[in-house]
Amino acid sequence: MTRRILALSAGLGAAASLWAQSAPQSVDAKLAALDAATKAAQSAGDNAWMLTSAALVLMMTGPGLALFYGGLVRRKNVLSTMMHSFVLMAVVTVLWAVYGYSLAFAEGNPFFGDLRYLFLNGVGSAPNADYGATVPHETYMIYQLMFAIITPALISGAFAERIKFSAMLLFTVLWSTLVYFPMAHMVWGKGGFLNAALGGKIPCYDFAGGTVVHITSGVSALVCALYLGKRIGFPREPMKPHSVVISVIGACLLWVGWFGFNAGSAVAASSLATSAFVATHFGAAAATLGWMLAEWWKHGKPSMLGGISGCVAGLVAITPASGFVQPFPALLIGFVAGIGCFLMVTAVKSKFRYDDTLDAFGVHGAGGTIGALLTGVFATRLINPGFTDAAGKPLPLGWVDGVPQQVLNQAIGVAISWVLALVATFVILKIVDMTIGVRASETDEREGLDLSMHGEEGYTLES
Amino acid sequence: MKKIEAIIQPHKLDEVKEALKGIGVDGMTVSEVRGHGRQKGHKEVYRGMEYEVDLLPKVKLELVVADSRLDEIAAAIASAARTGKIGDGKIFVFDVAQAIRIRNNDTGEAAL
Repeated sequence: MTRRILALSAGLGAAASLWAQSAPQSVDAKLAALDAATKAAQSAGDNAWMLTSAALVLMMTGPGLALFYGGLVRRKNVLSTMMHSFVLMAVVTVLWAVYGYSLAFAEGNPFFGDLRYLFLNGVGSAPNADYGATVPHETYMIYQLMFAIITPALISGAFAERIKFSAMLLFTVLWSTLVYFPMAHMVWGKGGFLNAALGGKIPCYDFAGGTVVHITSGVSALVCALYLGKRIGFPREPMKPHSVVISVIGACLLWVGWFGFNAGSAVAASSLATSAFVATHFGAAAATLGWMLAEWWKHGKPSMLGGISGCVAGLVAITPASGFVQPFPALLIGFVAGIGCFLMVTAVKSKFRYDDTLDAFGVHGAGGTIGALLTGVFATRLINPGFTDAAGKPLPLGWVDGVPQQVLNQAIGVAISWVLALVATFVILKIVDMTIGVRASETDEREGLDLSMHGEEGYTLES
Repeated sequence: MKKIEAIIQPHKLDEVKEALKGIGVDGMTVSEVRGHGRQKGHKEVYRGMEYEVDLLPKVKLELVVADSRLDEIAAAIASAARTGKIGDGKIFVFDVAQAIRIRNNDTGEAAL
């Protein structure tokens, strides 16, 4: 389109100058106006999609995750579990506004940003060339905030039904600061150590947060589960989900919201966003079938809980790959994750007997690892031509493009997120435990956290 | 006066109620309970964790009746609730010391 306009303008300009009229000025002015209008239209489309995506990602936490996790715990703990997700919508927002966004996205060193965006100084309606050149910088900031919110919320699956609420709050503040903000910086921040697009030393392809969100939270969840110990009565006492119905509703909200999570990571209403949207959906579908078939084969009946667990596992695994892989590899990645996470959650967990209550490690830690590594296999410039050489030619990305060593780069990214999560989470838990104590008392745990921590009941039968 | 407690299969409740209405019995209290006699339970699986569920949903009817009507009412309940399979339930009979109608303080069989 632009080429035709240029050719037309050249022709018109030449013709007009022959007659020496005032026409050349108005044609140039018209073309400039047209160019500005096109850019404005693109920006409007991009901004509309990005704001929508931000809302979708927030919906994933509330009520998506709140319902998904809430339904899986016993009735006496439903509100406390929902509170773990909901309160972070408030707490992390404040951290982000004050210093979080700056630590994550300001240019600083390869591991964390400096404080130039403290109190969101300078983050306004003008675009930032590195973070969404067609949308306000503020749009990018609010979009990324929703990721910062859901990541610690995922960890709550590991310590549900036995953590002190005050400890959970302190833990989240420290974890966001010491794990999430640095990890987000390393993968997505300018100059980040693992940032494939903006000057990283080790290019790790993570389109929407397989390492930043899922591996960090999943591995941290494992540390929390081991540190806090098993729930009283686990595993002898039956602790069935009190409402799989609620969890199904939550899972479906997660599936839909994930389109904002992955397709929104294109930071544009572009064909790359479409591609990520499709890959996300295909990954979820294949993983649902993978888990379902594995369960059908192993236990004789395919369960609803298995179905929604599979779909979440697939969504997790496709997250890093979503803007890099073609649709059929997306199906494959989903299917592998569905079966892999099923094995983690059933066979591995029962073998080692740790109480990862809501399988945050089994689904997010394992799914994120599977997805991040398979991204190195299937990433292709046919989907993402954004990485170009000096001549502007799209660079080959993953194994399918003839770059098998990309899997190694992915492994390094995976290893860094594992180590950071393992070490920092343990240190943070120790600090919180030594100051205010992490685990609820035995009476509080037996009574149920809804009553002991929050003074309320989820369902009142008398009224 | 006698109190009848009947534990029956939930899907038989409507038939039992119809049968009792048919012989002119108005008052009863119904609650949803869980339990078992000789009936086997079932297995549930949640993410690989197996649970043996042996407390099965049942319905409990409680009625207080005049001595003279006891046999007739118990027979009506049993016949309506019966399927012939294990899990049909049981009927228990208790002596009742007193009955009082709250609205107007009627006592004894007049309160039933």
